[in-house]
Amino acid sequence: MNETPIYTEYHPRWYRRRVSTYWWLERSSYLLFILRELSSAFIAWFVVFTLLGIRAVKLGPDSYQAYLNWAASPFLIIVNLVTLFFVVLHAATWFNLAPKAMVVHWRGRKVPGEWIAYANYGAWAVASLVIALILLI
Amino acid sequence: MADTISLQVIRYRPESETEPTTQEYTVPFRKEWVVLDALNYIKDQIDGTLSFRWSCRMGICGSCGMMVNGEPKLTCATFLADYAPNPVRVEPLTNFPIVRDLVIEMSDFMRKLPRVKPWIVRDQEKPLSEGEYRQTPEELDEYKQYSMCINCLLCYAACPVYGLDPHFMGPAAIALAQRYNLDTRDEGSKERMEELSQHEGIWGCTFVGECTAVCPKHVDPAGAIQRYKLSAAMDWFKSFLMPWGKK
Amino acid sequence: MAKRTIEPLLWTLFSAGGVIAALFIPIQLLLFGVVFPLGLAEAPSRERMLGLIGHPLTRLYLFVMCTMALLHAAHRFRFTLYDGLQIKHLNELINLFCYGGAIVLSIWTLVLLWHIP
Repeated sequence: MNETPIYTEYHPRWYRRRVSTYWWLERSSYLLFILRELSSAFIAWFVVFTLLGIRAVKLGPDSYQAYLNWAASPFLIIVNLVTLFFVVLHAATWFNLAPKAMVVHWRGRKVPGEWIAYANYGAWAVASLVIALILLI
Repeated sequence: MADTISLQVIRYRPESETEPTTQEYTVPFRKEWVVLDALNYIKDQIDGTLSFRWSCRMGICGSCGMMVNGEPKLTCATFLADYAPNPVRVEPLTNFPIVRDLVIEMSDFMRKLPRVKPWIVRDQEKPLSEGEYRQTPEELDEYKQYSMCINCLLCYAACPVYGLDPHFMGPAAIALAQRYNLDTRDEGSKERMEELSQHEGIWGCTFVGECTAVCPKHVDPAGAIQRYKLSAAMDWFKSFLMPWGKK
Repeated sequence: MAKRTIEPLLWTLFSAGGVIAALFIPIQLLLFGVVFPLGLAEAPSRERMLGLIGHPLTRLYLFVMCTMALLHAAHRFRFTLYDGLQIKHLNELINLFCYGGAIVLSIWTLVLLWHIP
Protein backbone atom coordinates (compact mmCIF):
# COMPACT_ATOMS: atom_id res chain seq x y z
CA MET A 1 0.00 0.00 0.00
CA ASN A 2 1.38 3.34 -0.96
CA GLU A 3 -0.11 5.42 1.78
CA THR A 4 -0.68 4.91 5.45
CA PRO A 5 -4.24 3.71 5.67
CA ILE A 6 -6.76 5.97 7.29
CA TYR A 7 -8.53 4.04 10.01
CA THR A 8 -12.12 4.85 10.71
CA GLU A 9 -14.51 3.63 13.36
CA TYR A 10 -15.92 1.15 10.85
CA HIS A 11 -12.71 -0.62 10.17
CA PRO A 12 -10.48 0.24 13.05
CA ARG A 13 -7.93 -2.49 12.41
CA TRP A 14 -7.45 -4.03 9.02
CA TYR A 15 -5.72 -7.32 9.17
CA ARG A 16 -2.67 -7.45 6.94
CA ARG A 17 -1.31 -10.80 5.91
CA ARG A 18 2.32 -11.31 5.16
CA VAL A 19 3.54 -13.29 2.17
CA SER A 20 5.33 -16.40 3.37
CA THR A 21 9.00 -16.73 2.47
CA TYR A 22 8.09 -20.11 1.03
CA TRP A 23 5.14 -18.79 -1.02
CA TRP A 24 6.48 -20.60 -4.06
CA LEU A 25 5.71 -23.93 -2.39
CA GLU A 26 2.05 -23.06 -1.96
CA ARG A 27 0.91 -23.92 -5.48
CA SER A 28 2.32 -26.22 -8.12
CA SER A 29 2.22 -23.41 -10.68
CA TYR A 30 4.31 -21.21 -8.35
CA LEU A 31 6.80 -24.04 -7.91
CA LEU A 32 7.10 -24.48 -11.66
CA PHE A 33 7.63 -20.72 -11.92
CA ILE A 34 10.45 -20.65 -9.39
CA LEU A 35 12.11 -23.68 -11.04
CA ARG A 36 11.85 -21.89 -14.39
CA GLU A 37 13.49 -18.82 -12.88
CA LEU A 38 16.19 -20.93 -11.23
CA SER A 39 17.18 -22.19 -14.67
CA SER A 40 19.11 -18.90 -14.90
CA ALA A 41 21.71 -20.18 -12.43
CA PHE A 42 22.19 -23.33 -14.50
CA ILE A 43 22.55 -21.34 -17.71
CA ALA A 44 25.30 -19.36 -16.01
CA TRP A 45 26.94 -22.65 -14.98
CA PHE A 46 26.77 -23.91 -18.57
CA VAL A 47 28.59 -20.79 -19.78
CA VAL A 48 31.33 -21.28 -17.17
CA PHE A 49 31.61 -24.98 -18.11
CA THR A 50 31.92 -24.01 -21.79
CA LEU A 51 34.49 -21.30 -21.12
CA LEU A 52 36.60 -23.77 -19.14
CA GLY A 53 36.41 -26.07 -22.15
CA ILE A 54 37.56 -23.35 -24.52
CA ARG A 55 40.39 -22.54 -22.15
CA ALA A 56 41.43 -26.20 -22.03
CA VAL A 57 41.44 -26.43 -25.83
CA LYS A 58 43.57 -23.32 -26.00
CA LEU A 59 46.10 -24.55 -23.40
CA GLY A 60 46.97 -27.79 -25.19
CA PRO A 61 46.17 -31.48 -25.68
CA ASP A 62 46.91 -32.41 -22.05
CA SER A 63 44.60 -29.75 -20.68
CA TYR A 64 41.87 -30.74 -23.12
CA GLN A 65 42.17 -34.40 -22.06
CA ALA A 66 42.08 -33.33 -18.40
CA TYR A 67 38.94 -31.33 -19.13
CA LEU A 68 37.28 -34.33 -20.80
CA ASN A 69 38.24 -36.55 -17.85
CA TRP A 70 36.90 -33.97 -15.43
CA ALA A 71 33.64 -33.77 -17.35
CA ALA A 72 33.41 -37.58 -17.18
CA SER A 73 33.66 -37.69 -13.37
CA PRO A 74 30.43 -38.90 -11.76
CA PHE A 75 29.92 -35.65 -9.87
CA LEU A 76 30.16 -33.51 -13.02
CA ILE A 77 27.89 -35.86 -14.94
CA ILE A 78 25.24 -35.52 -12.23
CA VAL A 79 25.66 -31.74 -12.16
CA ASN A 80 25.31 -31.58 -15.93
CA LEU A 81 22.29 -33.89 -15.98
CA VAL A 82 20.55 -31.58 -13.51
CA THR A 83 21.65 -28.62 -15.63
CA LEU A 84 20.27 -30.33 -18.72
CA PHE A 85 16.90 -30.69 -17.00
CA PHE A 86 16.86 -26.99 -16.20
CA VAL A 87 17.99 -25.75 -19.63
CA VAL A 88 15.36 -27.92 -21.32
CA LEU A 89 12.80 -26.55 -18.87
CA HIS A 90 13.95 -23.06 -19.82
CA ALA A 91 13.68 -23.80 -23.54
CA ALA A 92 10.24 -25.41 -23.32
CA THR A 93 8.74 -22.70 -21.09
CA TRP A 94 10.37 -20.01 -23.20
CA PHE A 95 8.94 -21.31 -26.46
CA ASN A 96 5.52 -21.86 -24.92
CA LEU A 97 5.36 -18.32 -23.56
CA ALA A 98 6.86 -16.59 -26.59
CA PRO A 99 3.48 -16.17 -28.36
CA LYS A 100 2.24 -14.14 -25.36
CA ALA A 101 4.71 -11.33 -25.96
CA MET A 102 4.87 -11.62 -29.73
CA VAL A 103 1.70 -11.00 -31.61
CA VAL A 104 2.37 -11.47 -35.30
CA HIS A 105 0.06 -10.22 -37.99
CA TRP A 106 0.04 -11.79 -41.41
CA ARG A 107 -2.13 -10.26 -44.12
CA GLY A 108 -4.18 -8.36 -41.59
CA ARG A 109 -4.89 -11.40 -39.45
CA LYS A 110 -3.47 -12.45 -36.11
CA VAL A 111 -1.28 -15.52 -36.45
CA PRO A 112 -2.50 -18.11 -33.89
CA GLY A 113 -0.21 -18.36 -30.87
CA GLU A 114 0.37 -22.08 -31.35
CA TRP A 115 1.92 -21.48 -34.75
CA ILE A 116 4.47 -19.14 -33.22
CA ALA A 117 5.28 -21.76 -30.59
CA TYR A 118 5.61 -24.44 -33.28
CA ALA A 119 7.90 -22.17 -35.29
CA ASN A 120 10.06 -21.80 -32.19
CA TYR A 121 10.20 -25.56 -31.65
CA GLY A 122 11.07 -25.99 -35.31
CA ALA A 123 13.94 -23.53 -35.02
CA TRP A 124 15.11 -25.36 -31.91
CA ALA A 125 15.17 -28.67 -33.75
CA VAL A 126 17.08 -27.19 -36.70
CA ALA A 127 19.63 -25.41 -34.49
CA SER A 128 20.19 -28.57 -32.43
CA LEU A 129 20.60 -30.69 -35.53
CA VAL A 130 23.13 -28.33 -37.08
CA ILE A 131 25.23 -28.15 -33.91
CA ALA A 132 25.05 -31.93 -33.43
CA LEU A 133 26.17 -32.53 -37.02
CA ILE A 134 29.09 -30.12 -36.68
CA LEU A 135 30.30 -31.73 -33.47
CA LEU A 136 29.64 -35.37 -34.29
CA ILE A 137 30.91 -35.62 -37.86
CA MET B 1 -24.40 -38.62 -1.74
CA ALA B 2 -24.33 -36.71 1.53
CA ASP B 3 -27.04 -34.08 1.90
CA THR B 4 -24.85 -31.63 3.80
CA ILE B 5 -21.45 -30.11 3.19
CA SER B 6 -19.09 -28.36 5.55
CA LEU B 7 -17.79 -24.85 4.92
CA GLN B 8 -14.68 -23.60 6.72
CA VAL B 9 -15.00 -19.84 6.63
CA ILE B 10 -12.40 -17.32 7.72
CA ARG B 11 -13.83 -14.90 10.27
CA TYR B 12 -12.20 -11.67 11.33
CA ARG B 13 -13.98 -9.38 13.74
CA PRO B 14 -11.67 -6.43 14.33
CA GLU B 15 -13.62 -5.18 17.33
CA SER B 16 -12.93 -8.37 19.27
CA GLU B 17 -10.16 -10.29 17.49
CA THR B 18 -6.57 -9.45 16.68
CA GLU B 19 -6.31 -12.03 13.93
CA PRO B 20 -8.58 -14.13 11.73
CA THR B 21 -10.03 -17.42 12.93
CA THR B 22 -11.77 -20.27 11.12
CA GLN B 23 -15.43 -21.06 11.71
CA GLU B 24 -17.07 -24.21 10.43
CA TYR B 25 -20.65 -24.25 9.16
CA THR B 26 -22.69 -27.16 7.89
CA VAL B 27 -25.01 -26.28 5.04
CA PRO B 28 -27.33 -28.33 2.83
CA PHE B 29 -25.60 -29.78 -0.19
CA ARG B 30 -27.38 -29.19 -3.46
CA LYS B 31 -25.71 -29.93 -6.74
CA GLU B 32 -26.84 -26.65 -8.33
CA TRP B 33 -25.48 -24.57 -5.44
CA VAL B 34 -22.42 -22.42 -5.79
CA VAL B 35 -20.21 -21.32 -2.87
CA LEU B 36 -22.02 -17.99 -2.79
CA ASP B 37 -25.36 -19.78 -2.31
CA ALA B 38 -23.88 -21.60 0.67
CA LEU B 39 -22.58 -18.31 2.13
CA ASN B 40 -26.01 -16.73 1.67
CA TYR B 41 -27.59 -19.73 3.37
CA ILE B 42 -25.26 -19.19 6.33
CA LYS B 43 -26.04 -15.49 6.41
CA ASP B 44 -29.82 -16.05 6.25
CA GLN B 45 -30.26 -19.20 8.34
CA ILE B 46 -27.28 -19.76 10.62
CA ASP B 47 -25.19 -16.69 11.38
CA GLY B 48 -26.28 -13.23 10.33
CA THR B 49 -22.99 -11.69 11.41
CA LEU B 50 -20.95 -13.19 8.53
CA SER B 51 -19.81 -10.43 6.17
CA PHE B 52 -19.00 -10.82 2.49
CA ARG B 53 -19.49 -8.92 -0.75
CA TRP B 54 -21.73 -10.03 -3.57
CA SER B 55 -24.17 -8.58 -6.01
CA CYS B 56 -25.13 -10.01 -9.38
CA ARG B 57 -24.69 -13.80 -8.89
CA MET B 58 -23.88 -14.13 -12.59
CA GLY B 59 -20.18 -13.40 -12.96
CA ILE B 60 -20.35 -9.83 -14.16
CA CYS B 61 -20.24 -7.53 -11.11
CA GLY B 62 -16.88 -8.86 -9.94
CA SER B 63 -17.59 -8.42 -6.23
CA CYS B 64 -17.75 -11.99 -4.89
CA GLY B 65 -14.11 -12.96 -5.44
CA MET B 66 -12.73 -15.11 -2.59
CA MET B 67 -10.18 -17.83 -2.06
CA VAL B 68 -11.87 -21.21 -2.37
CA ASN B 69 -9.58 -23.99 -1.18
CA GLY B 70 -6.66 -21.65 -1.76
CA GLU B 71 -7.58 -20.62 -5.31
CA PRO B 72 -8.94 -17.18 -6.20
CA LYS B 73 -12.46 -17.76 -7.52
CA LEU B 74 -15.69 -15.96 -8.21
CA THR B 75 -17.86 -17.67 -5.60
CA CYS B 76 -20.93 -17.24 -7.80
CA ALA B 77 -19.34 -19.51 -10.41
CA THR B 78 -17.74 -22.11 -8.14
CA PHE B 79 -19.94 -25.13 -7.54
CA LEU B 80 -20.00 -27.00 -4.26
CA ALA B 81 -20.35 -30.21 -6.25
CA ASP B 82 -16.78 -29.80 -7.50
CA TYR B 83 -15.50 -30.11 -3.92
CA ALA B 84 -18.03 -32.42 -2.23
CA PRO B 85 -17.88 -34.42 -0.10
CA ASN B 86 -14.76 -32.65 1.22
CA PRO B 87 -15.17 -29.47 3.21
CA VAL B 88 -14.77 -26.20 1.32
CA ARG B 89 -12.44 -23.59 2.74
CA VAL B 90 -13.46 -20.00 2.02
CA GLU B 91 -11.00 -17.17 2.69
CA PRO B 92 -10.81 -13.51 1.74
CA LEU B 93 -8.69 -12.76 -1.35
CA THR B 94 -4.99 -12.85 -0.54
CA ASN B 95 -2.62 -9.90 -1.01
CA PHE B 96 -5.22 -7.45 0.33
CA PRO B 97 -5.83 -6.32 3.91
CA ILE B 98 -8.96 -7.81 5.50
CA VAL B 99 -11.62 -5.37 6.64
CA ARG B 100 -13.94 -7.96 8.17
CA ASP B 101 -14.52 -11.68 7.59
CA LEU B 102 -14.40 -12.17 3.81
CA VAL B 103 -14.36 -8.48 2.91
CA ILE B 104 -11.07 -7.09 1.62
CA GLU B 105 -9.80 -3.54 1.41
CA MET B 106 -9.29 -2.60 -2.27
CA SER B 107 -8.49 1.12 -2.14
CA ASP B 108 -5.00 0.39 -3.38
CA PHE B 109 -6.37 -0.90 -6.68
CA MET B 110 -8.91 1.92 -6.87
CA ARG B 111 -6.07 4.45 -6.60
CA LYS B 112 -3.93 2.66 -9.18
CA LEU B 113 -6.59 2.20 -11.82
CA PRO B 114 -7.10 5.88 -12.77
CA ARG B 115 -3.32 6.34 -12.98
CA VAL B 116 -3.26 4.30 -16.21
CA LYS B 117 -6.13 6.35 -17.68
CA PRO B 118 -8.45 3.48 -18.61
CA TRP B 119 -10.61 5.57 -20.89
CA ILE B 120 -10.32 6.88 -24.43
CA VAL B 121 -7.87 9.76 -24.55
CA ARG B 122 -8.02 12.11 -27.54
CA ASP B 123 -5.68 14.97 -28.34
CA GLN B 124 -8.60 16.67 -29.96
CA GLU B 125 -12.20 15.52 -29.88
CA LYS B 126 -13.85 15.26 -33.27
CA PRO B 127 -16.74 17.70 -33.62
CA LEU B 128 -20.12 16.02 -33.20
CA SER B 129 -21.09 16.94 -36.75
CA GLU B 130 -18.38 14.65 -38.14
CA GLY B 131 -20.12 11.66 -36.64
CA GLU B 132 -18.89 8.76 -34.59
CA TYR B 133 -15.47 7.14 -34.45
CA ARG B 134 -15.74 4.12 -36.65
CA GLN B 135 -13.98 0.85 -36.13
CA THR B 136 -13.83 -2.39 -38.08
CA PRO B 137 -14.55 -5.76 -36.45
CA GLU B 138 -10.85 -6.62 -36.85
CA GLU B 139 -9.88 -3.46 -34.97
CA LEU B 140 -12.35 -4.35 -32.25
CA ASP B 141 -10.88 -7.85 -31.99
CA GLU B 142 -7.47 -6.36 -31.20
CA TYR B 143 -8.56 -5.20 -27.75
CA LYS B 144 -11.89 -6.91 -27.09
CA GLN B 145 -10.38 -9.63 -24.93
CA TYR B 146 -8.84 -7.05 -22.57
CA SER B 147 -12.09 -5.11 -22.34
CA MET B 148 -13.82 -8.06 -20.67
CA CYS B 149 -12.20 -7.27 -17.30
CA ILE B 150 -14.71 -6.94 -14.44
CA ASN B 151 -12.20 -5.70 -11.83
CA CYS B 152 -12.82 -8.72 -9.61
CA LEU B 153 -9.18 -8.65 -8.40
CA LEU B 154 -8.68 -12.40 -8.66
CA CYS B 155 -5.55 -11.66 -10.68
CA TYR B 156 -4.15 -9.51 -7.87
CA ALA B 157 -4.80 -12.30 -5.40
CA ALA B 158 -2.98 -14.76 -7.69
CA CYS B 159 0.00 -12.48 -8.34
CA PRO B 160 2.98 -13.13 -6.07
CA VAL B 161 4.73 -10.01 -7.40
CA TYR B 162 1.87 -7.86 -6.13
CA GLY B 163 1.89 -9.73 -2.84
CA LEU B 164 5.60 -9.10 -2.40
CA ASP B 165 5.64 -5.51 -3.67
CA PRO B 166 2.32 -3.67 -3.27
CA HIS B 167 3.73 -0.79 -5.32
CA PHE B 168 3.46 -3.01 -8.40
CA MET B 169 0.71 -1.72 -10.68
CA GLY B 170 -0.72 -5.20 -11.04
CA PRO B 171 -2.29 -7.33 -13.78
CA ALA B 172 -5.78 -5.86 -14.29
CA ALA B 173 -4.64 -2.22 -14.39
CA ILE B 174 -1.96 -2.98 -17.00
CA ALA B 175 -4.35 -5.11 -19.08
CA LEU B 176 -6.85 -2.26 -19.03
CA ALA B 177 -4.17 0.21 -20.08
CA GLN B 178 -3.38 -2.12 -22.97
CA ARG B 179 -7.09 -2.37 -23.80
CA TYR B 180 -7.10 1.38 -24.54
CA ASN B 181 -3.67 1.43 -26.17
CA LEU B 182 -4.87 -1.08 -28.74
CA ASP B 183 -8.06 0.85 -29.43
CA THR B 184 -7.84 2.71 -32.75
CA ARG B 185 -9.85 5.62 -31.31
CA ASP B 186 -7.36 6.21 -28.52
CA GLU B 187 -4.35 8.54 -28.52
CA GLY B 188 -3.25 8.18 -24.89
CA SER B 189 -0.62 5.45 -25.11
CA LYS B 190 2.21 7.92 -24.52
CA GLU B 191 0.65 9.21 -21.30
CA ARG B 192 0.04 5.67 -20.08
CA MET B 193 3.59 4.68 -20.95
CA GLU B 194 4.92 7.36 -18.58
CA GLU B 195 3.14 5.66 -15.72
CA LEU B 196 3.80 2.09 -16.77
CA SER B 197 7.42 2.30 -17.91
CA GLN B 198 8.43 2.75 -14.28
CA HIS B 199 9.88 -0.18 -12.42
CA GLU B 200 6.60 -0.62 -10.52
CA GLY B 201 4.74 -0.57 -13.83
CA ILE B 202 5.40 -3.35 -16.28
CA TRP B 203 9.02 -4.15 -15.39
CA GLY B 204 8.19 -5.59 -11.99
CA CYS B 205 6.27 -8.44 -13.64
CA THR B 206 8.21 -11.70 -13.82
CA PHE B 207 5.58 -13.50 -15.89
CA VAL B 208 4.38 -15.98 -13.32
CA GLY B 209 1.29 -16.21 -15.49
CA GLU B 210 -1.15 -17.01 -12.68
CA CYS B 211 -3.18 -13.86 -13.34
CA THR B 212 -4.16 -15.30 -16.69
CA ALA B 213 -4.80 -18.75 -15.22
CA VAL B 214 -7.30 -17.48 -12.63
CA CYS B 215 -9.07 -14.83 -14.76
CA PRO B 216 -12.77 -15.73 -14.97
CA LYS B 217 -13.16 -13.58 -18.10
CA HIS B 218 -10.15 -14.90 -20.07
CA VAL B 219 -8.60 -11.45 -20.20
CA ASP B 220 -4.99 -12.74 -20.24
CA PRO B 221 -3.30 -9.93 -18.28
CA ALA B 222 0.05 -11.77 -18.40
CA GLY B 223 0.00 -11.63 -22.20
CA ALA B 224 -0.97 -7.96 -22.12
CA ILE B 225 1.99 -7.15 -19.87
CA GLN B 226 4.50 -9.01 -22.06
CA ARG B 227 3.19 -7.25 -25.17
CA TYR B 228 3.47 -3.98 -23.32
CA LYS B 229 7.08 -4.74 -22.40
CA LEU B 230 7.91 -5.40 -26.04
CA SER B 231 6.43 -2.11 -27.22
CA ALA B 232 7.99 -0.20 -24.31
CA ALA B 233 11.38 -1.66 -25.19
CA MET B 234 10.96 -0.62 -28.83
CA ASP B 235 9.96 2.88 -27.73
CA TRP B 236 12.99 3.04 -25.50
CA PHE B 237 15.35 2.14 -28.33
CA LYS B 238 13.66 4.60 -30.64
CA SER B 239 14.01 7.48 -28.19
CA PHE B 240 17.57 6.40 -27.45
CA LEU B 241 18.67 6.16 -31.07
CA MET B 242 16.66 9.15 -32.23
CA PRO B 243 16.50 11.60 -29.33
CA TRP B 244 15.58 14.32 -31.82
CA GLY B 245 12.45 12.38 -32.78
CA LYS B 246 9.15 13.80 -31.72
CA LYS B 247 8.49 13.60 -28.00
CA MET C 1 8.46 13.65 -17.49
CA ALA C 2 9.00 9.99 -16.81
CA LYS C 3 12.19 8.97 -15.10
CA ARG C 4 14.66 7.40 -17.47
CA THR C 5 15.13 3.79 -16.61
CA ILE C 6 17.35 1.18 -18.20
CA GLU C 7 14.84 -1.61 -17.50
CA PRO C 8 13.83 -1.73 -21.21
CA LEU C 9 17.46 -2.37 -22.20
CA LEU C 10 17.92 -5.03 -19.52
CA TRP C 11 14.68 -6.70 -20.52
CA THR C 12 15.60 -6.70 -24.20
CA LEU C 13 18.95 -8.31 -23.41
CA PHE C 14 17.16 -10.77 -21.14
CA SER C 15 14.75 -11.70 -23.92
CA ALA C 16 17.32 -11.96 -26.67
CA GLY C 17 19.56 -13.99 -24.36
CA GLY C 18 16.63 -16.20 -23.46
CA VAL C 19 16.00 -17.05 -27.09
CA ILE C 20 19.67 -17.78 -27.75
CA ALA C 21 19.98 -19.87 -24.59
CA ALA C 22 16.84 -21.85 -25.42
CA LEU C 23 17.89 -22.54 -29.01
CA PHE C 24 21.55 -23.42 -28.57
CA ILE C 25 22.37 -24.47 -25.03
CA PRO C 26 20.43 -27.74 -24.59
CA ILE C 27 22.15 -29.56 -27.46
CA GLN C 28 25.63 -28.34 -26.54
CA LEU C 29 25.14 -29.35 -22.94
CA LEU C 30 23.70 -32.71 -23.98
CA LEU C 31 26.81 -33.41 -26.05
CA PHE C 32 29.57 -32.01 -23.84
CA GLY C 33 27.95 -32.69 -20.48
CA VAL C 34 26.36 -36.09 -21.06
CA VAL C 35 26.98 -37.80 -24.41
CA PHE C 36 30.78 -37.38 -24.61
CA PRO C 37 31.49 -37.99 -20.89
CA LEU C 38 29.39 -41.17 -20.91
CA GLY C 39 31.21 -42.36 -24.03
CA LEU C 40 28.01 -42.56 -26.10
CA ALA C 41 29.91 -40.76 -28.85
CA GLU C 42 33.50 -39.76 -29.18
CA ALA C 43 34.40 -36.21 -28.24
CA PRO C 44 36.00 -34.20 -31.06
CA SER C 45 39.79 -34.26 -30.95
CA ARG C 46 41.74 -31.25 -29.70
CA GLU C 47 42.82 -30.38 -33.26
CA ARG C 48 39.23 -30.51 -34.46
CA MET C 49 38.09 -28.31 -31.56
CA LEU C 50 40.91 -25.86 -32.17
CA GLY C 51 40.00 -25.68 -35.82
CA LEU C 52 36.37 -25.09 -34.93
CA ILE C 53 36.94 -22.47 -32.26
CA GLY C 54 39.63 -20.80 -34.34
CA HIS C 55 37.15 -19.99 -37.09
CA PRO C 56 36.05 -16.34 -36.85
CA LEU C 57 32.38 -17.23 -37.24
CA THR C 58 32.52 -19.76 -34.40
CA ARG C 59 34.28 -17.24 -32.25
CA LEU C 60 31.65 -14.65 -32.97
CA TYR C 61 28.94 -17.22 -32.25
CA LEU C 62 30.54 -18.29 -28.98
CA PHE C 63 30.97 -14.69 -27.87
CA VAL C 64 27.38 -13.72 -28.62
CA MET C 65 25.99 -16.94 -27.15
CA CYS C 66 27.99 -16.66 -23.92
CA THR C 67 27.45 -12.96 -23.24
CA MET C 68 23.77 -12.99 -24.11
CA ALA C 69 23.15 -16.12 -22.03
CA LEU C 70 24.98 -14.47 -19.12
CA LEU C 71 22.97 -11.25 -19.36
CA HIS C 72 19.80 -13.30 -19.59
CA ALA C 73 20.73 -15.32 -16.54
CA ALA C 74 21.79 -12.22 -14.57
CA HIS C 75 18.46 -10.49 -15.15
CA ARG C 76 16.39 -13.51 -14.28
CA PHE C 77 18.44 -14.43 -11.26
CA ARG C 78 18.09 -10.90 -9.96
CA PHE C 79 14.31 -11.24 -9.94
CA THR C 80 14.54 -14.77 -8.52
CA LEU C 81 16.42 -13.32 -5.56
CA TYR C 82 13.87 -10.51 -5.20
CA ASP C 83 10.85 -12.81 -5.28
CA GLY C 84 12.11 -16.10 -3.94
CA LEU C 85 13.96 -14.76 -0.93
CA GLN C 86 12.17 -11.42 -0.46
CA ILE C 87 15.40 -9.48 -0.27
CA LYS C 88 14.55 -6.58 -2.54
CA HIS C 89 16.01 -4.17 0.01
CA LEU C 90 19.45 -5.50 -0.94
CA ASN C 91 18.77 -4.14 -4.42
CA GLU C 92 22.20 -2.58 -5.10
CA LEU C 93 24.10 -5.60 -3.84
CA ILE C 94 22.00 -7.98 -5.96
CA ASN C 95 22.44 -5.85 -9.07
CA LEU C 96 26.17 -5.69 -8.53
CA PHE C 97 26.37 -9.45 -8.04
CA CYS C 98 24.16 -10.37 -11.01
CA TYR C 99 25.06 -7.85 -13.71
CA GLY C 100 28.61 -7.39 -12.40
CA GLY C 101 29.16 -11.15 -12.55
CA ALA C 102 27.76 -11.30 -16.08
CA ILE C 103 30.04 -8.48 -17.22
CA VAL C 104 33.16 -10.01 -15.63
CA LEU C 105 32.45 -13.39 -17.24
CA SER C 106 31.74 -11.68 -20.58
CA ILE C 107 35.12 -9.97 -20.45
CA TRP C 108 36.72 -13.33 -19.70
CA THR C 109 34.91 -14.77 -22.73
CA LEU C 110 36.28 -11.98 -24.92
CA VAL C 111 39.84 -12.44 -23.63
CA LEU C 112 39.70 -16.23 -24.05
CA LEU C 113 38.37 -16.07 -27.60
CA TRP C 114 40.81 -13.31 -28.49
CA HIS C 115 43.78 -15.47 -27.55
CA ILE C 116 42.78 -18.59 -29.46
CA PRO C 117 45.59 -19.15 -31.95
